[in-house]
Amino acid sequence: MASQDLALSPAAETSLPLTARLHALVVTVDHKQLGLMYIGTALLFLVVSGGMAAVIRLQLAVPNNTLVSPQVFNRLFTMHGTAMVFLVGMPLIAGLMNYLVPLMIGARDMAFPRLNAFGYWMFLFGGLLLYFSYLAAPGLAGHGSAPDVGWFAYAPLTGRAFSRGHSTDYWILSLLVSSGGSIVSAINVITTIASLRCKGMTLMRMPLFVWMMLVVSGMIILALPPLSAAQIMLLLDRFLGARFFDTQAGGSAVLWQHFFWIFGHPEVYILMIPGFACASEIIPVFSRKPIFGYPAMVAATVMIGSISMGVWAHHMFAVGMTAMGNTFFAISTLLIAVPTGIKLFNWLATMYGGQIRFELPMLFCLGFLFQFLLAGLTGVMLGVAPFDWQLTDSYFVVAHFHYVLVGSFLFTIFAAIYYWYPKASGRMLNTKLGLWHFWLFALGFHLTFDPQHLAGILGMPRRIYTYDAGRGWEIYNLISSLGVIFQAGGILCLVINLLWSLRHGEPAGDDPWDAWTLEWSTTSPPPAYNFETLPEVRSRRPLWDLKHPEDPDWKYE
Amino acid sequence: MKLGLLGQKSLLWALRTAFFPWAITSSAARADAGAPNGITNIFKPLSTPAEAIYEVSVLVLTICAGIFLIVGGLLAYTIIRFRRRPDDDGREPPQVYGSNQLELAWTVIPILIVFVLILVTARTIADVQNAARPAGALDVTVVGHQWWWEIRYPELGIVTANELHVPVSDPTKRRPTFLKLESADVAHSFWVPQLAGKTDAIPNRDNQMWIEPKQPGTYLGNCAEYCGTQHARMLLRVIVHPPGDFEKWVAAQQDPPVDDPQVQAGRNVFFSTPCVNCHAINGTKAEGTFGPDLTHLMSRATLGSGAAPNTPEKLRVWLRDPQLLKEGCLMPNMQLADTELDHIVAYLLTLK
Amino acid sequence: MTNAAAATLPPESAEWTLPSRRKIAVACLICTEAALFTIFVVAYLFYIGKSVTGPSPAAELEIPVRSTICLLSSSLTIVLAERAFRREHTGGFRLWWLITILLAVEFLRSTACEWQRLLTTHQLTISTNLFGTTFYSLIGLHASHVIVGLILLVLVLILSLRGHVEQAHAEHLEMLSWYWHFVDAVWVVVFTVVYLIGR
Repeated sequence: MASQDLALSPAAETSLPLTARLHALVVTVDHKQLGLMYIGTALLFLVVSGGMAAVIRLQLAVPNNTLVSPQVFNRLFTMHGTAMVFLVGMPLIAGLMNYLVPLMIGARDMAFPRLNAFGYWMFLFGGLLLYFSYLAAPGLAGHGSAPDVGWFAYAPLTGRAFSRGHSTDYWILSLLVSSGGSIVSAINVITTIASLRCKGMTLMRMPLFVWMMLVVSGMIILALPPLSAAQIMLLLDRFLGARFFDTQAGGSAVLWQHFFWIFGHPEVYILMIPGFACASEIIPVFSRKPIFGYPAMVAATVMIGSISMGVWAHHMFAVGMTAMGNTFFAISTLLIAVPTGIKLFNWLATMYGGQIRFELPMLFCLGFLFQFLLAGLTGVMLGVAPFDWQLTDSYFVVAHFHYVLVGSFLFTIFAAIYYWYPKASGRMLNTKLGLWHFWLFALGFHLTFDPQHLAGILGMPRRIYTYDAGRGWEIYNLISSLGVIFQAGGILCLVINLLWSLRHGEPAGDDPWDAWTLEWSTTSPPPAYNFETLPEVRSRRPLWDLKHPEDPDWKYE
Repeated sequence: MKLGLLGQKSLLWALRTAFFPWAITSSAARADAGAPNGITNIFKPLSTPAEAIYEVSVLVLTICAGIFLIVGGLLAYTIIRFRRRPDDDGREPPQVYGSNQLELAWTVIPILIVFVLILVTARTIADVQNAARPAGALDVTVVGHQWWWEIRYPELGIVTANELHVPVSDPTKRRPTFLKLESADVAHSFWVPQLAGKTDAIPNRDNQMWIEPKQPGTYLGNCAEYCGTQHARMLLRVIVHPPGDFEKWVAAQQDPPVDDPQVQAGRNVFFSTPCVNCHAINGTKAEGTFGPDLTHLMSRATLGSGAAPNTPEKLRVWLRDPQLLKEGCLMPNMQLADTELDHIVAYLLTLK
Repeated sequence: MTNAAAATLPPESAEWTLPSRRKIAVACLICTEAALFTIFVVAYLFYIGKSVTGPSPAAELEIPVRSTICLLSSSLTIVLAERAFRREHTGGFRLWWLITILLAVEFLRSTACEWQRLLTTHQLTISTNLFGTTFYSLIGLHASHVIVGLILLVLVLILSLRGHVEQAHAEHLEMLSWYWHFVDAVWVVVFTVVYLIGR
């Protein structure tokens, strides 16, 4: 820990003037620095668009509420959805990949460090462009402000006839820019994994985290271009008068839906598989056992990745496809439950027979396991096309995907933050604050999203800015809105903890969790060059081999 | 399915009390014609397609609940049983790397479950989507607009809005209603939970769905596809008439509009303002199609597709400025003077 | 620490070779571009015959035999250029490289002429009907890729003439030729869809 990593060491940081530190951030090409910048920016966007969700819940807390106008409400849910997927989920993944993949495979940096920085700045400016719409769109055309077409932006609502002004253009352009960033960072990750593994790190010895990020990166480069293509078409429609989605000229509104969901469904797994990746690292360490069924986990990940490319139209069971089409997509959707189940059972078997330590990362993973089980089961319900005819576009769907994205994805991200923060900062996060975070957030999560299943079953549609009393939705909406307070309290604990522990946390040491992957073999935080000498591995758990020379893994693999 | 896979009604009932207690408490509320019961619960179906969906839903729920109990129980057991204890000797537990038999087991068993689900899904899809059309079926075209529903009865020559009137269907003489769904602008979705699942109304595309209500009453629904500013206030009601009643309603709708000389002043206001560009009144020169048909305006229960009850007071507010009741709606403020408002309200009130 | 680990390990085969990062990255880039083109091709196929007004492809399009031959043979000439380069035959390399550039220019010229004919004599613009919309966007997307390739080809030629292209850059050139082959392969698909199926 010498002077090489100025930006990472708190002591060194304070000794430099602010401008120098900012300059260092702007010009950095270090994968760890960029990874932390991704995660930090994503957490900022998380707080902003979480705040938007809080306003949404406040508006819906009671029937016929007039807190916000319908126009403002529609912008809120559009911005909330778009930002959470593209400005929170995607950069969190990119940040984790960037920080951890080179460390886990024993490399000194990513394959293309400058491309890596380019990806970050694309994402950042894409995100800023999206929020800039609040200021710029009315000034330019006198219509609207932020986009209000929903994150799925169904045609022809996005056409010039129905979306005047430039709000939709902001939606398109900002996502084109940030998708570009995601694509280059995915290419970078694939290349890094393919070309920079340390000696002995064969594909089947890579940590599962790396495997899953490899699959996710493959999905990103195949699934994001369809969205970009559809958005380019929409831009042509809006600026050059092309007719792609102009239903008056024979264009098809359903085609947009197909294109959007060809991206949109793999996107769900692009977000969720990194969650699996974190869980697959954390659960074994805190159960003190290797991951159960490593080859099966790899196979299941690859299967999820490939099947997820062929299930998109399950978002479209209500658009009037033929019985054949509906049946096909119901089958593929239900099939994806099989590899997902394999994963869940493997995590279960990893814990079985172990000695489970209830540290904070593990607590979040346990929350994830239960919530993901439920999310998967409501997913099966939605996959059964006839049931979906009732449930789709109702609050049941809202509850389902928040179980996936908050109850599962975000919980694993929190687990990852508690697990790897000591590595990145050299200090432990405070346990007491962490426990407050966990219990407040878990309580708030269930208060908010459990009742939404019931509201959906009682016929409450999505994306409505208000509702009349008398349908039985009032109590569920009220409880749901109350949950926000607890969630916000949890997030507050996390933010305080992250900032406070940076200076005052207990020193972590190189390997605070007694873990087994390569990132724990170097210092905390790691030097700019990661490893003094590049490591060489013989098994999936190189540090286990080192700590247990009498019983190394490579004898069994 | 017809409950063949599930068998006992009692099992159904037990599940419902266990998982959906609220469904039992509201089951006393019966649907009465005219007054909506406020029920939009998908687990209280009163129409053939909704019932078919309900049956498969209960089966899926049962299977999922079973899986949740088993897997969740295993999880809880594992976490408690294998927690680290203070008296652990500090040695690592036995390192187990995997088991092919187990992997096989938890691959094959889910595949079998999925297979069952696929069978019932395929069958219900076919039952609902490929249903045969009985001779007495009624045809209705529903056109979604931002943000109201245009309802057309091509065979009966009736055009109305926001309220779908259909006859009740009884097993001996089935009278289902087949809906053709269209859209005049953006995508909408027709959803009346007690009657059927939703089907989208998409421009430049003809979609089909059908309902077969078993009980007279008023059923509520919503537009279920986000369609712009007032998506929330694009409500629907379906009025199911008892046998014989439907024909009376048809006859009343087919009547020409009342021409009451006492409201001549209101007529003059109506026909001298741009109202006629968007609204139609049968047998007059008002032939607009952008807004709802007003021939029998006062036979409808709500204004602005459920934005307000259709009372003379609310009608007056609506005409003064529709944006007060439904912000963002496409009907502009016509800037009518108070006396003009009085006249035009008086005229519209005669359109029963 | 890691040294200690290595010390306790049994010796394993000393060979440890991994694929070139350039090749992997360009292969990924080609995959992602292919996904982008797929969507445009699907849109073209989906909208064949769905225009509500004329003009129609059957009446307006002529099969671009000449430009197709040019573009496809440019794939051959770039391979020849590469081979000459690897044999350190600089003159041959520059000649074949120049021919590749000229073939690409000719392809773009034919496309420009075709567009001009459609725009002026047939009044077909991107907003005329679905045919115009899908035609100009698909052909335009492909042509924009040809332009990007052309710029890179010209850049390499200039650098080579100034003596900046050395044997160390062999793989760079190979990557450029991969991209060029991809652009050609896409043309085969576009040609089939637009001029054979769509007509």
